[in-house]
Amino acid sequence: MAIDTLVRPDAGAQAGAKVNDFSIAVATANGTGSQTANLTLLRSFFKMGIPVHGKNIFPSNIQGQPTWYHIRVSKDGFVARRPPELLVAFNRDTMHQDVAMLEAGGVCVYNSDLRLNEGRSDLTYYPVPVKELLAGVDVKGKIKEYIANMTYVGVVAHLLGVPLDVIEGALEHHFGKRQKLVDSNFEVVRLAYDWAVANVAKADPYRVEPMNATEGLILMTGNEAGALGAVYGGVSVSGWYPITPSTSFIDALRDFLAKLRHDEDGRPTYSVVQAEDELAAIGMVVGAGWAGARALTATSGPGLSLMAEFLSLAYYAEVPAVVWDIQRVGPSTGLPTRTSQGDVGFAYTIGHGDTKHVLLFPSSIEECFEFGYLAHDLADTLQTPVLVLSDLDLGMNNWMGKPFDYPERPLQRGKVLSAEEVAALGDWGRYKDVDGDGIAYRTLPGNPNPAAAWFGRGTGHDEMARYSESPTDWEQNMARLARKFDTARTLVPGPAIEEEPGAQLAIVAYGTTRYAIEEARAQLAAAGVATSFMRVRALPIGDEVRDFVARHEDLVLIEMNRDAQLTAILRDELPEFAARIRPIAHLDGMPLTAAWVLERLMPFLPEEARRLMEGA
Amino acid sequence: MDRAPKLNLVGLSKADYAAAPSTLCKGCGHNSVAAQLIQVAYELNLKPQDVIKLSGIGCSSKSPAYFLGQSHGFNSLHGRMPSLGTGALQANHSVRAIGISGDGDTGSIGLGQFKHMLRRNVRMVYIVENNGVYGLTKGQFSATADLGQSLKYAGTNPFPPIDICLEALAAGAGFVARAFAGDAKQVREVIKAGLSFRGTAVIDIISPCVAFNDEPDSTKSYAYGREHQRALQEIGFFPAQEEIVVADYGPGEMQVVELHDGSRMTLRKLEADYEPSDPTRAITRLRQADLAGELLTGVLYYDASRPSLAEASELPATPLSMLPDDTLRPSRETLSDLLAGYA
Repeated sequence: MAIDTLVRPDAGAQAGAKVNDFSIAVATANGTGSQTANLTLLRSFFKMGIPVHGKNIFPSNIQGQPTWYHIRVSKDGFVARRPPELLVAFNRDTMHQDVAMLEAGGVCVYNSDLRLNEGRSDLTYYPVPVKELLAGVDVKGKIKEYIANMTYVGVVAHLLGVPLDVIEGALEHHFGKRQKLVDSNFEVVRLAYDWAVANVAKADPYRVEPMNATEGLILMTGNEAGALGAVYGGVSVSGWYPITPSTSFIDALRDFLAKLRHDEDGRPTYSVVQAEDELAAIGMVVGAGWAGARALTATSGPGLSLMAEFLSLAYYAEVPAVVWDIQRVGPSTGLPTRTSQGDVGFAYTIGHGDTKHVLLFPSSIEECFEFGYLAHDLADTLQTPVLVLSDLDLGMNNWMGKPFDYPERPLQRGKVLSAEEVAALGDWGRYKDVDGDGIAYRTLPGNPNPAAAWFGRGTGHDEMARYSESPTDWEQNMARLARKFDTARTLVPGPAIEEEPGAQLAIVAYGTTRYAIEEARAQLAAAGVATSFMRVRALPIGDEVRDFVARHEDLVLIEMNRDAQLTAILRDELPEFAARIRPIAHLDGMPLTAAWVLERLMPFLPEEARRLMEGA
Repeated sequence: MDRAPKLNLVGLSKADYAAAPSTLCKGCGHNSVAAQLIQVAYELNLKPQDVIKLSGIGCSSKSPAYFLGQSHGFNSLHGRMPSLGTGALQANHSVRAIGISGDGDTGSIGLGQFKHMLRRNVRMVYIVENNGVYGLTKGQFSATADLGQSLKYAGTNPFPPIDICLEALAAGAGFVARAFAGDAKQVREVIKAGLSFRGTAVIDIISPCVAFNDEPDSTKSYAYGREHQRALQEIGFFPAQEEIVVADYGPGEMQVVELHDGSRMTLRKLEADYEPSDPTRAITRLRQADLAGELLTGVLYYDASRPSLAEASELPATPLSMLPDDTLRPSRETLSDLLAGYA
């Protein structure tokens, strides 16, 4: 029997229609242009008004290795990873493992040139004769390979009920003004769609229907959003070194700066320098910050390790700097293309000696944008490095969000003295705590008042920035830096808190784990189990975090690392409550799922709540 | 009644260019370099507030605290001053930068940053106070120490030295000079020339360590420098306390100078036909001098054709650090326009 052309109409057909609520995994080989096909599907759902999110699960490789794209379609707006019900199997090497992963009742659209053995009878198969479909298309060689993936776009569009004009609109969005590319890709989509209409009998329950839940929303990656926020925060200098998954942050930064930052003569009012390594990247940032320009770098774990030395200097010499750490899996090179929250502990105290740093934890593209400018306000105000801990999942994937609010507060440049102010002060001292908040006044190179000069150094210094080995000077200065850190507690973003009356458990988290947690909480709530949720958005913690912990006796802290790093920090900062903060820590490189969160939460729920959940 | 101090064209006395007293060893070559920097700044009528001083870590890197006290300065990290300076000068390209490094700071831990700064041609006078030894850690060999040299602490050096000037030439530097710290006039002249250069001006100053590397067989000792210096340009000598004036002499001529301790130094003026525009010749001369056991000094290479990093970046006249807020933050309309493309 020619299994290639077999369509089984039985499996899954009995189930009721599943509308706007499923996950698709697209399995292809890296470097075959599948990203265009996947983003076209993603944007098509988005343009139909259906909440959607796409995750690129890709290898650390340029060409030829297996790669997956997961699309979550959710009428309820859930965007956490969910095991797929639908599979597009277009990669010979992983076909069998991909099919094996599907749950019973799943759907498999596959390239029939690849000769899949339809061994499982509990799935619905849709073979797509890719070669045959492309035979009539007038393109050659490499381009043919690239547009071959458009065949599954056409077949999936037919199976799910995505109108062709929506697909065309998505392609236009993707290619912009390059109409030729829109046309050649759309031609293949239409061919496959027409073929499917004529040859494929729909035998599964999954489909889409238009909604209006994405109206007014945007679709953007976290790295783009963060870079854009930095541009509206006035960033002027960047030193950087390429590293996955932060490179696209700098790519976006350069694009946005090129669009938005020129003087009347068309000269760029910014400088982005590709450094020779991360040591130099952060060196440029600290140099620019000392000289008075807002500066940032973006990196990931291995780069952050190299930046420890300069961040220690910037902490102690009190130089503003912003570092975006797009976390991937460490230690060492680790899993370069997988996500984690593994840098929190390291970043918080990065540097030798007594160092403490301000960390921000964005969880959405809106927060990436907001923290994009806020990080510079905080760095200038506190005269210290600010590290924004994003992650690969947020940074490199497309997320829905509200269009960003324009920053209403003027740039906060902090305590910088002009020539006149220096003259009025008389004897100013670079490290004098005049205001009692631990933040001293600084001057910038180029200040025309000769009395403005001070000598920056990483060596021991007194209030006048003079070299000092005096025990008193050392201790007083470090005490002032601790005082400054306490001031930071009052300036950083407070936590996002959802407190439910009668909550059986309080959940604490930060960053992108929120999506799996929010979905799990919704399922708990549906079963009658109320939970409270605090999403920590920055370190050091302030009163709000402390008070939340004080109000809840049963807390779990969910995070994506092995050693429960934020748990350790909170326990250390709140020793009187250390015992009540219990960690659920886990890291395998994949974003959390709601099912996993639920399973791990169960032992922490009271008996009664567990029974409710088991009944649900 | 005291005489009023002599003022330069910007109304400053030489004392206005002074700074904290040096904490380096008495007689250290680095101190005479600091003294010459003060002299040069005074003679060139520099406003201290238009200058920044940068350094890495080591004895040499301490010295920015000992000159131009009215200039901003930053004594940064070991081997990392080039990146700090790159960022600072991209933020504010209107200031003149004087970088002070050492042979460990440049030749070992900072060799990468040094060469990449030269590739980018960051506008800075980059002085290497080169003594072939780690002073602060009490006498280890640096990467510029001579092959076969002996030191009390470190024994005999089994490795050939890194030549800072050769490295600079290989990295495409447009200004490469070598001087002897004890030769005040030459030090001044090369610094003056370096300050007028549009990119990175590398000045390798042999600056003997009186404490750990003044063995007569070291090319970085006073004795060696005095006897073996082969100058490409006119020259003077300035020991720690008192200046010795060299009588005028013609191109290609030799001059023997008697120093305070009775030792002698042979000076040779730049040959009339030495043309510093050819990097191949500069490399050949450095190699030849090395084989002959000579210390070749003077401006070895000069080519101002390449733009500085700030020029290549097409930065506006107003330094980035001084841009007004409304230039830094794009308008409200731009944000909504841009986001429309993501809807």
